[in-house]
Amino acid sequence: MQSFDLGKEGLRALNSSLHALRGQTNMTAWEVINPKGAHAIAAGVDAPVDITVRGSTGYYCAGMNKQATIRIKGSAGPGVAENMMSGAVIIDGDASQYAGATGRGGLLVIKGNASSRCGISMKGIDIVVHGNIGHMSCFMAQSGNVVVLGNAGESLGDSLYEARIFVRGTVKSLGADCIEKEMRDEHFALVEDLLRRGEADTKAKPEEFRRYGSARKLYNFNIDNAAAY
Amino acid sequence: MCGIVGLFLKDPKLEPRLGEMLTDMLITMTDRGPDSAGIAIYSGAKDGLGKITVQSAQPEVDFKNLDADLHDAIGQPVAMLVKSTHAVLEVPMGQLDAARSALVHLRPNVKLMSVGDSIEIFKEVGLPKDVARRFDVAKMEGTHGIGHTRMATESAVTTMGAHPFSTGPDQCLVHNGSLSNHNGLRRELIRKGMTFETQNDTEVAAAYVSQKLKEGEDLGTALESGLEDLDGFFTFVVGTKNGFGVVRDPIACKPAVMAETDQYVAFGSEYRALVNLPGIENARVWEPEPATVYFWER
Repeated sequence: MQSFDLGKEGLRALNSSLHALRGQTNMTAWEVINPKGAHAIAAGVDAPVDITVRGSTGYYCAGMNKQATIRIKGSAGPGVAENMMSGAVIIDGDASQYAGATGRGGLLVIKGNASSRCGISMKGIDIVVHGNIGHMSCFMAQSGNVVVLGNAGESLGDSLYEARIFVRGTVKSLGADCIEKEMRDEHFALVEDLLRRGEADTKAKPEEFRRYGSARKLYNFNIDNAAAY
Repeated sequence: MCGIVGLFLKDPKLEPRLGEMLTDMLITMTDRGPDSAGIAIYSGAKDGLGKITVQSAQPEVDFKNLDADLHDAIGQPVAMLVKSTHAVLEVPMGQLDAARSALVHLRPNVKLMSVGDSIEIFKEVGLPKDVARRFDVAKMEGTHGIGHTRMATESAVTTMGAHPFSTGPDQCLVHNGSLSNHNGLRRELIRKGMTFETQNDTEVAAAYVSQKLKEGEDLGTALESGLEDLDGFFTFVVGTKNGFGVVRDPIACKPAVMAETDQYVAFGSEYRALVNLPGIENARVWEPEPATVYFWER
């Protein structure tokens, strides 16, 4: 296990050490201590390593992550796992605004609550939130899946494309062009798999969820409206 | 972008360390606002005495014999403590208004920072660490305090454009964000008798809250009204003689983190600002909800 004291050695040294792991490495287990809310911790990692951050993080922790499994033993600031490509980010506490924004792949697990704009413009990432998500979550979300064990805030899935949203609790309001849809067998299977991978299978069952998706009226060009352009 | 920090102490044992804790929090927020910095400290009232904090660009000229001159003008003893470009004048409570009016004639170039029986405001252009050192904020004691680091977007980088803004007795407000309807609101508030020192949007928000308090609303209700009437982006932290309030606009783009223990309630634009507070590891830490008023009063 490589242990890195962020308070002593600094962020730039940490991230350049992690960026140097591309390709083959024997240093597969990392621990970051004294994060103290610093920004961009373990951003831009591209190696199949396991990184544990012991404390809370600031902006953009694990941003652009590829391959790595990054665990945050605290809460995460704005933009955690933004534009993640692959790998996994697991947060023990809460996540601030726009968690998983624009994410293209991988799995983001938030064991507490996520605040506003969770999964905004996501493009393939999977997000599992054990608590609630805030307003404007999944705004313009293009693909990927979001599973929320708690409640969703206002304007869920506004201007949604093809991302799928599963909420167990209440939805304060749906955004434009977002509608409730039928849960079919493939959706139960999908939720079951995500609950298991999101370490939430003892907390909820797939049949407790409702599915929300795009009505596909907003983003499809409708020939009847041609005169309006 | 701006940085906000705030501390409302519940445990009197921490009161001697208020300035020290706020200074550390403020300096951590330097990269959110390196243009200017300011702090409002509530240090408790002395029996029958009120405080006026003033600022001057030429303190050696304006503050020379100011206590004696003010004594002559109001016929009551005045104590003065000069800290760099600021001076805190202690006058009998009943003479606060008389002292304020006298100041305008005695020292026309002096700017009023705050008036009240507990509040003192110190703010200047410059890096937060330099501003804090200049006023020796780390040595200040008190029950609650609010600090701000400014990255100006909306009006000039000047002392009077720095936060906190105080527009009523023992009141102050700091802001991260920008308002879009401040010109209209300013005109309305001027009609109601408020006066303004700057073209700054935040000063309008401060005056708006002061006007509501003057009309008899409590802090919580005044902030609720603000959610209806103020248009734009804002995270506000507001101080009164006994209270400390927080409110974010419904979109809530501007960051905010709060922490509460048995000893204090703390506010930071980022968690970084809170990491050195005592017992933070076991504090309840949360992000204030959008369009929700939080306030504490003692």
